[in-house]
Amino acid sequence: MSTATLPADSVGLVSPRTLQVTTPLQLECGVTLPSHELVYETYGTLNAERSNGVLICHALSGDHHAAGYHSLEDRKPGWWDSCIGPGKPIDTNRFFVVALNNLGGCKGSTGPTSINPQTGRRYGPDFPVVTVRDWVASQRELQAALGIERWAAVAGGSLGGMQVLQWAIDASDRLRHAIVIAAAPKLSAQNIAFNEVARQAILSDPDFHAGRYYDHGVLPRRGLMLARMLGHITYLSEDAMRAKFGRELREGRLNFGFDVEFQVESYLRYQGRSFVERFDANTYLLMTKALDYFDPAREFDDDLAAGLRQSQARFLVISFRGDWRFPSSRSREIVDALVEAGRDVSYVDIASRQGHDDFLMPIPDYQGALGGYFDRIAADLAR
Amino acid sequence: MSLRPDLAIISRWIEPGSRVLDLGCGDGTLLDYLQRTRAVHGYGLEIDGDNVNAAIRRGVNVLQVDIDQGLGQFRTASFDYVVMTQALQAVNHPARLLEDMLRVGREGIVTFPNFGYWKARVALGLRGRMPVIDSLPAQWYETENVHLCTVQDFEALCRNLSIAIRHRRVVDWQHRSNWAMQRAPNLLGEIALYSLSGAGRAGR
Repeated sequence: MSTATLPADSVGLVSPRTLQVTTPLQLECGVTLPSHELVYETYGTLNAERSNGVLICHALSGDHHAAGYHSLEDRKPGWWDSCIGPGKPIDTNRFFVVALNNLGGCKGSTGPTSINPQTGRRYGPDFPVVTVRDWVASQRELQAALGIERWAAVAGGSLGGMQVLQWAIDASDRLRHAIVIAAAPKLSAQNIAFNEVARQAILSDPDFHAGRYYDHGVLPRRGLMLARMLGHITYLSEDAMRAKFGRELREGRLNFGFDVEFQVESYLRYQGRSFVERFDANTYLLMTKALDYFDPAREFDDDLAAGLRQSQARFLVISFRGDWRFPSSRSREIVDALVEAGRDVSYVDIASRQGHDDFLMPIPDYQGALGGYFDRIAADLAR
Repeated sequence: MSLRPDLAIISRWIEPGSRVLDLGCGDGTLLDYLQRTRAVHGYGLEIDGDNVNAAIRRGVNVLQVDIDQGLGQFRTASFDYVVMTQALQAVNHPARLLEDMLRVGREGIVTFPNFGYWKARVALGLRGRMPVIDSLPAQWYETENVHLCTVQDFEALCRNLSIAIRHRRVVDWQHRSNWAMQRAPNLLGEIALYSLSGAGRAGR
């Protein structure tokens, strides 16, 4: 790909930066990290009032590369390029967009693959279990380092949306708008069950070596691949799977064996295999635990409205009708709590059929709602 | 752009600083007006995606939900007013929804096209055709209206449900009014506007 072919509405070539957080971070699990690193990217320009910052929180397997390209050879842009860029819903002509790799991640921020300064070895399974709340605390360090008193908005989908909700509860005077997409106020038993099967797939892989696979020069490939295959089943609706693959056979005939025969098998194996090349199994375990533990209402006697009553943020909640991982009814729980708490909230339920992954897709109604809301934020900032 | 006169009438029935739920809020015009002139805090419910996006751009709180599913998600007495303009005749269960409105809100405000309006009667009674008039512009096979009623029908339902009528106004489709219309609302009123309360209902 040459420069001339980079799309006009792309943020273009970007490169990540690293923040050294030297303030000790006390984690919920009791461990204190004396220091940590956060890798992040920014798109657009911070205005003189430092009021146009937008924080993007990533989902389970996301990272700091939310938009643009790292090199002209990149086949694909960042994971939320459909929504971030000049003239896009999160318009980088008006907003200063910040995306980071969360603590515990495997794309450069301190995590299981980092060297533990106390042992000189990779953390591996010794890396502490981090929570959504810990992530918000660490993201506040990034906010402070960038000199941003208050985000214009914090936005994210899925596990990213959960971080947004936690922001609105823990640091509501530090953000004006909270945009919670395809999320849930906490996981259901079914959600946790899927995560547990994914974890068991990794933990029972003989190459896992109790999380010390780095020392053995191997990767728990089969386990991580299975975990990802399972994940992908939950990211697509049944309709979408039927439309995409049906019962189509790769070779057009039955082979009466256990090799790949149906297209859907081929798709899942491809997704699983390619994931193994770019993701760390220990991080996957940590991310699924952060999901399972997320329950911001717990400290308010299971009353989410009580937790949101003091929040100063205004909310946009978006769900997708084809999503069965976090269906619309789960977003409605968040909306109902916000209405009960008397908070400002708009809620959009997008008619889509793809499934949970719809939050990454360029669906016109979705982009219209998101773009309209950000237009409004920009108008309020200009006042 | 000046506000639709029916919305101006409604806003006079609403106390400043109150909590308002607007069922079928469209592009959020009424809520926007009430926020600016009456300092209300409100939410609109709307099913149409384009309307939802328009309301978001206005800076109105809008929730994309189907009011035909009822208001079960909203707590009893959690709003001062529940408003529904020009939607009663298009919902699946008008009586149930009216009761639900007065459960969730202290007062209800409802507007609907009066099927007893003389032009509707002429169309049906003399010409033998379903009326296509300013307040009912769609053909029978295209309309979203499924529960059309007259002023007298509506007031009979209110009596059955022990709903108290606090105010009634009837206007023409341009929302103008005159003395004669208020004297013979069922014949001369094209659009009816009601302010309701559940005060007369048992246990309240």
